[in-house]
Amino acid sequence: MKAENRFTMSVAAKSANEGFARACVAAFAAQLDPTIEEINDIKTAVSEAVTNCIVHAYKEKIGKIYITAELTADNVITVKIRDTGCGIDNVEKAMEPLYTTVGGERAGLGFAVMQSFMDAVKVRSVVGKGTTVRMRKKISRRYGANL
Amino acid sequence: MAVEIRTSGSAVTAYLYGELDHHTAREMREAIDRAVDLNMPALLVLDFSNISFMDSSGIGLVMGRYRNLAKTGARLHIAGASPQIYKVMKLAGIERLATLEGRVKE
Ligand SMILES: Nc1ncnc2c1ncn2[C@@H]1O[C@H](COP(=O)(O)OP(=O)(O)O)[C@@H](O)[C@H]1O
Ligand SMILES: [Mg+2]
Repeated sequence: MKAENRFTMSVAAKSANEGFARACVAAFAAQLDPTIEEINDIKTAVSEAVTNCIVHAYKEKIGKIYITAELTADNVITVKIRDTGCGIDNVEKAMEPLYTTVGGERAGLGFAVMQSFMDAVKVRSVVGKGTTVRMRKKISRRYGANL
Repeated sequence: MAVEIRTSGSAVTAYLYGELDHHTAREMREAIDRAVDLNMPALLVLDFSNISFMDSSGIGLVMGRYRNLAKTGARLHIAGASPQIYKVMKLAGIERLATLEGRVKE
């Protein structure tokens, strides 16, 4: 379906931007008149994907995170979060709950949160080139969006 | 300060403030661990009443504290979880590691 509205941004992959990035997407999604729970689901999923770019994709340098969100007339938001970092060699394994390549305090639940809080999550990754996470969620109609 | 510590008898309560993500987790973790090392509590309460957002970094924080406490047999209790926090905690199965209590009112 054709996008009725769209925004795109890039932020430096610094942890201070995690809160900023999820707040931007949540504010844009508000145009679909979501419930508080739906907004929180989107915020949490975006936080996971953005954090992964910062923690996993760019280990030494501070790269860029590219975020695009689209709203369609069927009340669906699609969010794309892309990095040009190290990539993932086995995406299926990376998406398994509790799987993490970083010891210590990562729970290995980032992808599990994205999958459970959004309707669909697709990951494309090329080792050495980067990763794109595309997520979509249909927002229940309340008073109706005004796109 | 993102963490306020109060002790009472053999319990330590850590009141957490703000948003809990990968950016803020380290400072909170260090403050909690300092209080636990100092007081050796039988019960650690993590109070989320003033946390407005949490992602899986918060799960990492809870699981890490659980592992530390397990060494001494101390218990862990989560208080004041908002519906958003509760949902993330449930997804992670935190109620198997800690007693879990939602927010009384939003
Ligand atoms: N953008 C990314 N670039 C490179 N590796 C990634 C990226 N996102 C996820 N990963 C890999 O997938 C694993 C699982 O991610 P996730 O479920 O979010 O758990 P966690 O972040 O706690 O490790 C990570 O440990 C990492 O190896
Ligand atoms: Mg993650």
